[in-house]
Amino acid sequence: MSTGTSADGRSGPAQPRTPTRSTLPHSASTATAADTIDVRDLPSFGFSSRSLMWWATAGLMLIEGTVFALGVAVYFYLRDVNASWPLGTPVPDWRWGTLNTAILIASMVPNEIVKRAAQRQNLGASRAWLVVCLAFAMAFLAVRGIEFAALNVMWYGNAYGSIVWFLLGLHTTHLITDTIDTAVLAALLYFGPLEHKRFVDVSENALYWYFVVLSWLPIYAVIYLAPRFHP
Amino acid sequence: MKRSCAFFLARPGLLRPRRTHCARHRRAIASTVPVVSGVSVTMPAALARAAIPLEHNALAPAGIQAEHIVRLWHLTLVVCGIVFAAVLVGVLFALLRRRTAQRPQPPDLSGNVKPERRTQRAVIGVSVLSVVLLVGLVVADVLTDRALSKLPVADALHIQLTGWQWWWQARYPADHGRPAFATANELHVPVGRPVVVALGAGDVIHSFWVPSLHGKKDLLPGITSTIEFRADRAGVYDGPCAEFCGAEHALMALRVVAEPADRYAAWAAAQTATAAAPADAVAAHGMQVFESSACASCHTVRGTHAVGLLGPDLTHLMTRQTLAAGALANNAANLSRWIRDPNSVKPGTTMPAVRLSTPDLQALVVWLTTLK
Amino acid sequence: MNESDAFSHPDAKARLFDGPDASAATRSALALTWADPPGWLGALAAINHKTIARRFIATTFTFFLLAGVLALVMRLQLARPGNRIVSPDTYDALFTMHGTTMMFLFAVPVMQAVAAYLIPLMVGARSIAFPRMNAYAYWVFLFGCLTLYGAALLGAAPQAGWFSYVPLAGPNYGLGKGPDIWAQMITFTELSALLEAVVLITTILKMRAPGMSLNRMPLFAWATLVTQFMVIFAMPSIMFASTALILDRLVGTQFYNPSLGGDVLLWQHLFWFFGHPEVYLIFIPALGFISSILPTFARRPIFGYTAIVLALIATAFLAFGLWVHHMFATSVPALGKSFFTAASVMIAVPSGIQIYCWIATLITGRLNVKTPLLFVLAFFFILVLGGMTGIMLGAVPLDVQLHDTYFVVAHLHYVLLGGAVFPLFGALYYWFPKISGRMLDEGLGRWHFWLFFIGFNVAFFPMHLLGLQGMPRRVWTYSSGMGWSDLNLLSSIGAATIAVSIVLFLVNVVRARWRGEPAGRDPWGGATLEWSTPSPPPPHNFDAIPVVHGRDPLWDPPGTPAYVSGLAADAREVLVTTALDAVPDLRPLFPVPSIWPFVSAVATTVLFIGSIFTPWAIVWGSVPVVAALTAWFWPTRRQNAQALALERRP
Repeated sequence: MSTGTSADGRSGPAQPRTPTRSTLPHSASTATAADTIDVRDLPSFGFSSRSLMWWATAGLMLIEGTVFALGVAVYFYLRDVNASWPLGTPVPDWRWGTLNTAILIASMVPNEIVKRAAQRQNLGASRAWLVVCLAFAMAFLAVRGIEFAALNVMWYGNAYGSIVWFLLGLHTTHLITDTIDTAVLAALLYFGPLEHKRFVDVSENALYWYFVVLSWLPIYAVIYLAPRFHP
Repeated sequence: MKRSCAFFLARPGLLRPRRTHCARHRRAIASTVPVVSGVSVTMPAALARAAIPLEHNALAPAGIQAEHIVRLWHLTLVVCGIVFAAVLVGVLFALLRRRTAQRPQPPDLSGNVKPERRTQRAVIGVSVLSVVLLVGLVVADVLTDRALSKLPVADALHIQLTGWQWWWQARYPADHGRPAFATANELHVPVGRPVVVALGAGDVIHSFWVPSLHGKKDLLPGITSTIEFRADRAGVYDGPCAEFCGAEHALMALRVVAEPADRYAAWAAAQTATAAAPADAVAAHGMQVFESSACASCHTVRGTHAVGLLGPDLTHLMTRQTLAAGALANNAANLSRWIRDPNSVKPGTTMPAVRLSTPDLQALVVWLTTLK
Repeated sequence: MNESDAFSHPDAKARLFDGPDASAATRSALALTWADPPGWLGALAAINHKTIARRFIATTFTFFLLAGVLALVMRLQLARPGNRIVSPDTYDALFTMHGTTMMFLFAVPVMQAVAAYLIPLMVGARSIAFPRMNAYAYWVFLFGCLTLYGAALLGAAPQAGWFSYVPLAGPNYGLGKGPDIWAQMITFTELSALLEAVVLITTILKMRAPGMSLNRMPLFAWATLVTQFMVIFAMPSIMFASTALILDRLVGTQFYNPSLGGDVLLWQHLFWFFGHPEVYLIFIPALGFISSILPTFARRPIFGYTAIVLALIATAFLAFGLWVHHMFATSVPALGKSFFTAASVMIAVPSGIQIYCWIATLITGRLNVKTPLLFVLAFFFILVLGGMTGIMLGAVPLDVQLHDTYFVVAHLHYVLLGGAVFPLFGALYYWFPKISGRMLDEGLGRWHFWLFFIGFNVAFFPMHLLGLQGMPRRVWTYSSGMGWSDLNLLSSIGAATIAVSIVLFLVNVVRARWRGEPAGRDPWGGATLEWSTPSPPPPHNFDAIPVVHGRDPLWDPPGTPAYVSGLAADAREVLVTTALDAVPDLRPLFPVPSIWPFVSAVATTVLFIGSIFTPWAIVWGSVPVVAALTAWFWPTRRQNAQALALERRP
């Protein structure tokens, strides 16, 4: 335990007295084993919504999902207040974005394999398929760079350029953080001190990966399809 | 915001006996001095008689729109007052009939055992009553809103108002044969005739608000909106800027003068005239100072070489009750003070202090006071 | 490394387990396990939720006092017409900083801070969820406060109002770095609030004591839960808005520039989509305070528990549908405005239902009038009056007269102080004994209350009249002929009275800390679990996690089983239960104190401040942030060994 303590176990200014008698309100002295729920045999970790990490990931998905939804709303709001759209600018080149969408969707396969390997607590499979996921990450990050250039507008050109760069940039931030997360986890599985709870982190990272891929689909539609098909 | 120079070109105005016209105006200006001064200005006692008060009370409407609003206000005040009183009575009742005990008593858990039917019915009843009252208020709100939007605007007077940091630019388009003209910081409207004001902003968001006449409407850059009202009695109404627009938001007041139709027509006709030529040498020198110094690069005085568009049109400066959008009463002493050091009156103002020698400044003020 | 080596661990040793019949050695082991490390470095590495929460509360309160001083200067300037105590620019900075501080640095964070202290105690947990992230959220918040005030001291205070409308705050008219500082302060506080929301939601849903099903949870926990979900959906909007503002100013985007396709109203929509729910982020936790304090001093369980829960949830949903009522003076279409009128008026219904339930509790209870109850009773006067003016402002015709006048200043202070600050003071008087182990003086408390109550009404009621008489907001001065002078002077006198009352409160706190009457475990006779621990609670909160059998665990007749046993006393084990019914589920090991949350917060601060000046800061500044976060996450061998020793796979 990493708590450095002074002789009597105290640390910091306002110290509770170390209790010498029971501090429990009910007459605990008459409590017997039958009056308690004994939890020493409960597992120390669990998958999916049993784990606290799942709740943190879910919270992150709600927050970032809201940001994406707002971004889409802003796109359509700006389109609505302007007479022409996209403001005299050429539409984005659809090929690179569509290629990247394909890569992202394909990446869900190794992602799902990693998730299941983690839930089976299989170290070897988890390690290997995390590396495959990383390979996909390299690919979609590279293509994402080209996508920015293929937008055919600069962020400072007009409000359309600004919102399109913002949407793409926001999603790219998620791609980058997901890549870093995956890399750190892979490194940990290969080199770090391990406990079985790490498999929960791997499983939850896979959940976040799904979020990053699936949240891309409406953004793709807004950036690449909306300017082409509008009333 | 493109502004065409067309309306600044001199147009032949109706000739009027200026002396009596201006004498009436001068008295009107002087008598509003006590209610206008943002900073203390000495003023002869004789002129304080017959002061036309500056009106700015939303509960004392001078026009139909403000009246609709006041009626809704009274209804809402009564309903809300009753609800507020009822809540207070409930709390006071609980306090006054309490069975006091100094030490905390053991808690009463009887409510957990059997349902508290009477209390439930009371709470449900009061909640339902609240919903009914609130729905009633919403209906009244919507009906009032509808009434406000239904002001008959046949033969309305149109005005274009643009807000700038920190003054109001007004343009009156041609109307019933009267040519268009530009003015600033003071609007005159005829009593009993609907007015439609087109609102635009030149820099940041401002808000047009004349509480005696109507609620406010924001002036938004990039967006044109309108507000419609009708003054139903003569008076002088304050129109402070009602959206924070920077350092001198506090000293950016529009003045709205509602007057009988014939006096309005006279005012409007006078506004279309170009400035009269200076009558004496001092005034002529003052005009020359104006045209050759920085003044002309910002201000327009029709009939001179000054065609600047960055500040208020000064062609009929002396017809206005105030200077610097309500910051000072309009008289020679204040004019001099304003020109010499605008920052001391309105810190942060965009009008620079123009360096002038004392004789030049005096001549300039003499000439400016001829701009009626 | 092959698989068996990867998970090798030392032999399990005999360990200490907690339980109601545990020995003194076990109890002191528990305290030792959960205590903060000593020394300065230990203070920076501390993650005990009570330590972090106390710091959080103290920090928010400090900024409350600073913002109050700013208000006093404003009231001094406005006490007489034509005053030149401050220049217009200074006055603009004053009201910007006052509003910004109160809304972003005090009102929302203090509610999260109090929840961070109370929730684990109320739901029967040893810790808050994600204790390191909780600490990080505090440090980020603190650095955000210091950034704003540091910038102000360096002359770069924002001056465009707490709402920072464009184009005034945009690249063309918002000169200097003030608007950028403001926008980045948003980033700091929004990050902190969002992380804290995740922490609190997870704690409430997954770490409740066995038997505390959702319908037995204290109403303060419900209020906190509802509020944190609102944080999650509301904060992103201002994050988006402020980021777009910085981008417009820093790298030339055109979000708010109408001449290149942008829109000035976009800012207002985004700001108020956050801004209206924000006032409920402040108001709803205070409703939770009232629901906690009232039963204790009425000596009966709250009347209408289910109705109150449903009302809280309804308020949270409705709060997202009101935002355009801040924009009634703009060119938004009339039909839209009518919808928002209806919504704005109807949100009074769930609030009203709660008020009626509370009044029913008061009438059918046996009142023990102490200072906490006084502050709660003030709510019924002040908030309800504010709610009435809110109904007035919700009507478009009335709003277009009253918007941006002193009437709104009156309204917002009535609802914010009546609805949040008065209940907050009630909460402070109520829970101060628990936090510090000492009672606040009851006599001084009453003086504080009455001076505050009277001073508040003297300060703010006249503002209703000023607004009706045509006085706009955010004006640094006014002229003597307008007829506003007397009411302004009266208002300033009221403000000074409030200041005196706050001084009394501070005196009370300081005296009580050193010489206050010892509080004991349960000075008020409360119903909820926090009153079952010593005052102040030991680091581990509970010697044995209680099992709950009703809504008012300390009032209900005892049930069996009464306690949990079997959690380690020599390791940071917590009990995780199921979300709905709180059935024991897992026994995870929680992290030990660590310096990395602090270091990560410093790195984050460098990134945020740098990006005010150059976009490249985002690239270069990310590197230390990623490094610090990785070091935070990366397990040490010793932690890993302990985890393996305690591990049990599902």
